[in-house]
Amino acid sequence: MKAITRQKPFEEIKQQLDSFNRVFIIGCGTCATMTKTGGIEQVLEMKSQLQKIDKLVSGWTVIPIACDEMTEPAMKENERAIQNSNCVLIMSCALGVYRISTYIDRPVIPALDTLFIGVEETPGYFREVCAQCGQCIIGETAGICPITACHKGLVNGPCGGTNNGKCEVDKEKDCAWTLIYERLKAQGRLDLMRKYQPPHNFQASPRPRTVKIT
Amino acid sequence: MASSFKEALNSGKFVITSEVAPPKGTNLEKVLHHIELLKDKVDAINVTDHQSSVMRFPSIGGCLAIKEKGGEPILQMTCRDRNRLALQAELLFASTRGINNVLCLTGDAVPVGDHKEAKGVFDLDSLQLLKTVRLMESGKDLGGNDLDGAVEFCAGATVTPEAQPLEPQLIKFEKKIEAGAEFFQTQGIYDLDNFAKFMKHARQFPVKILAGIILLSSARMAKFMTANVPGIFVPQNLIDELAAVPKEEMLNKGIEIAGRMIATLKKDSICDGVHIMAIGKEEVVPDILAAAGL
Repeated sequence: MKAITRQKPFEEIKQQLDSFNRVFIIGCGTCATMTKTGGIEQVLEMKSQLQKIDKLVSGWTVIPIACDEMTEPAMKENERAIQNSNCVLIMSCALGVYRISTYIDRPVIPALDTLFIGVEETPGYFREVCAQCGQCIIGETAGICPITACHKGLVNGPCGGTNNGKCEVDKEKDCAWTLIYERLKAQGRLDLMRKYQPPHNFQASPRPRTVKIT
Repeated sequence: MASSFKEALNSGKFVITSEVAPPKGTNLEKVLHHIELLKDKVDAINVTDHQSSVMRFPSIGGCLAIKEKGGEPILQMTCRDRNRLALQAELLFASTRGINNVLCLTGDAVPVGDHKEAKGVFDLDSLQLLKTVRLMESGKDLGGNDLDGAVEFCAGATVTPEAQPLEPQLIKFEKKIEAGAEFFQTQGIYDLDNFAKFMKHARQFPVKILAGIILLSSARMAKFMTANVPGIFVPQNLIDELAAVPKEEMLNKGIEIAGRMIATLKKDSICDGVHIMAIGKEEVVPDILAAAGL
């Protein structure tokens, strides 16, 4: 599982940093390093870009896993440099930004947009395969989630926009229901496609979702 | 009381429907003119629902205008813009205004339209919407509550006989029938042999099929639709037929082709009727009917 991120346009970052002169930068050694959006190289590049617009970079670090609890000691280690900044620019997914915000009193500014939780299909190619809806039906759809893979999230078969196995919104995108159909057919389980799927329960676990393991 | 459209479907006659598109804005002049032109010539008129995901005057508003003029409307409802509360509310409202025909559609995707950043709702899909209509007819809503006054609809859906691959489309077609579809208006068809094959399959089921006839206004349009519109395939001989006439004659040729197709479908009893889509040229629908000998 990887949180897939993309760097915000530099103009937007610049605007968010408008009232802050001294910036501490934090990257993440896990997902954002793999997606080349918040690893050491990108953090150093950001440092140099900020210096070019006359920001003072009070320090930087790349936390091994920004979203876990080991982030707290990492924040302690960098306490002085963080105290010496007006804000912290974070090059991790939003989970990391959230986690860091609970440990420090400086304003947190995300440098990345969190796009989706995805898998790496081929080197450098990430795909969203699960929307974390809380009601998994992929046992009946040959492992392909139509809520995620179909642009409209349809659960009862293809729409009229399906076109030679591609989707109406993008000729490069596969039609989820053609993929599901082909797999189910190969498995001799097309009867599953004939099954009526009722409306989704969007309140199966009302937002914000929490779980307590006992 | 059954709608006059439902009576027409069950009468065994060759049923004709067409459609009008509401305006982007409050100027209803053109759509009212089209309604006036069509209301006595067809069995029912569909009113499109933000077709191609382009924001417009609502389908329900167009249906009310048809009622006011004494015509028979078919309310098109897509699942793209409303959640299940809003869809059910609209069915209640339609029912109280004598709008008793509904075409249940998934709806085009948001990015193909003119509000590209909007949220696509799709809380229900076309099948679930059909089931909802039937549930509300039994006096219940989707929350399991009793309705004080139920609805009554002649409910239909769409199918794409030229879809590739076809089998998933046919599976969904059957699911729609199980969900309560009484009639289908198909995506535009041009290859009558292919369509006859589809009809052979469809005839197994107790539903009425109205073949989608999209007016070809030029050879360029025919080529464009084949290349870009999912499920539309215009055979080369029809493109050649259009291309062989001077530009100013192409529309008349398109009318002739549409009329000829309708006449064949009727003569050979291939299907139960036609749904004519003139897409911006609604004023020539009477000419298409005349060309078909209707």
